[in-house]
Amino acid sequence: MSPDILRLIAQSTADTLYMVAVATLLGTLVGLPLGVFLATSRKGELLAAAWANAALGLLVNATRSTPFIILVVAIIPFTRLVAGTSIGTTAAIVPLTVAATPFIARLVEAAVREVDQGLVEAARAMGATPIQIVAKVLIPEALPGIVLGLTLAVVSLIGFSAIVGVVGGGGLGDLGIRYGYQRFMPDVMATVVVVLIVLVQGVQSLGDRLARRVNKRLRRA
Amino acid sequence: MNAPVINAGAGPSGTTPVDALVRFQGVTKTYPARRGSAAVEALAGIDLAVPRGSILGVIGRSGAGKSTLIRLVNGLERPTHGSVFVDGVDVAALAEAELREVRRSIGMIFQHFNLLSSRTVYGNAALPLEIAGLRPAEIRARVEPLLDLVGLADKRDRYPAELSGGQKQRVGIARALATKPKVLLSDEATSALDPETTRSILDLLGTINRELGLTILLITHEMVVIRGIAHRVAVIDGGRIVEEGDVFDIFTRPQNATTRSFLADETGRNLPAFVAGRLRPEPVAGGQTVLRIVFRGPFATHPVLSQLSRALGIDVNILGGAVDAIAGRPFGALVVGIPSEAAVLARTLSFLAERGLDREVIGHVA
Repeated sequence: MSPDILRLIAQSTADTLYMVAVATLLGTLVGLPLGVFLATSRKGELLAAAWANAALGLLVNATRSTPFIILVVAIIPFTRLVAGTSIGTTAAIVPLTVAATPFIARLVEAAVREVDQGLVEAARAMGATPIQIVAKVLIPEALPGIVLGLTLAVVSLIGFSAIVGVVGGGGLGDLGIRYGYQRFMPDVMATVVVVLIVLVQGVQSLGDRLARRVNKRLRRA
Repeated sequence: MNAPVINAGAGPSGTTPVDALVRFQGVTKTYPARRGSAAVEALAGIDLAVPRGSILGVIGRSGAGKSTLIRLVNGLERPTHGSVFVDGVDVAALAEAELREVRRSIGMIFQHFNLLSSRTVYGNAALPLEIAGLRPAEIRARVEPLLDLVGLADKRDRYPAELSGGQKQRVGIARALATKPKVLLSDEATSALDPETTRSILDLLGTINRELGLTILLITHEMVVIRGIAHRVAVIDGGRIVEEGDVFDIFTRPQNATTRSFLADETGRNLPAFVAGRLRPEPVAGGQTVLRIVFRGPFATHPVLSQLSRALGIDVNILGGAVDAIAGRPFGALVVGIPSEAAVLARTLSFLAERGLDREVIGHVA
């Protein structure tokens, strides 16, 4: 492969990492509180707000049921509003974040629901406020599950990022399509696939290790 | 057929004037009907007082309402009617924010410990103090002596997953005591523990009651817990207190069928199988009449049976029984057989009555 192609692969890898990292960060900033709220706001629960829960649940489902490629195109006006442009790597972060947020919210919700209700009762018996229960009990106890959920979200986002080529988002997936497929360069295609595999493997084992470290439920010898 | 009985304790009305730290007054709790199931009346008119500085045990089967009862004290459940006073404050009438303040003066321990897996022993015991907004230095000054008290100072930085069940409950106790509560609520605290560990946890609770003067309200389904540390006992069945009083009195002279069934395995109230299977309601010619004799307090150590056979010339056949101590006082229950003759029975009963022993004709065997 020519040095130009190698440079392209390096640049694409950097683009992918940039898009995925920023989208994960923003998605977590919104998705984490959203997930906690979804997990605790049904009728009779800690932050009981059944209406808000139902409305947000609907919004989350609507976003999640829209195929990503359609979402990317459908929210172009919104992307332009937020990023100032609808094409390019930075603009691609907008649809990625929009897709990541409800995904992360559901993963966080599932992790928080796994927390033993006995712990919530114990905290209530101590005189904890709902906010204290969330901050001191629910999130710390759900952390191993949240970390694994975020790992899953990052892996999914790496896959999603291949699609943002349609709006000039760049990245490894886009490179694979344009060079590997459309220009018949199987070596580029193979390289892209290998880099993606390495990325996903790396993210997964990092996430697994982190989750194990924060999981104090496991007895260490 | 029962022996004459004097219930030394307060009646179930709970009207005895005592300095009650916790008092239930006309409390009912009804869970509204849900789709497919009728409304459930968990508590039906509870009047109960926990005297300051004492240990009151509430015993009942699952579904009897004891879980609901204990959760009314710290407002985890609200009564449908009635009042629950804690140190003079009706917690049933408080708003959530006021309730949070009151909860800091009420400690609670749980059957499944409810420790945070993400926090160390120290971190768990410190949690109620963090919630109360204390500074780290104050928290340390409070928590470290407590870990000494419960015997876990060397496990300070361990996580719950690294502890045994008994150690976890000790953390639970340290955590419950951290805010210096007026009352400790114990929700089946030893039900998940083996007998030996149960003993050590009960001893710890007894020590805390004596040394800190802490009032304890505990619920359990095990008589061994009541017998181990309670001063007073209330028996709950179908959402009502069916019997209440001093532990020794209730154990030695149970009035209610539920109480009796709880006591069946304790204190020798169970008949030996070979007697129970042959028991008949009517006397059998040439057979034996089966009596239960209960020795309470000082009588427990008197040689009554040998006196009986010597003084009256009656052959007494011991069929079963136990001699033990309950709430620190000696107690014995013997099941004996005497010849089935009306005259013999009458003489035996009056002999026992003269010596102040409880006696009960259980039946007859061939």
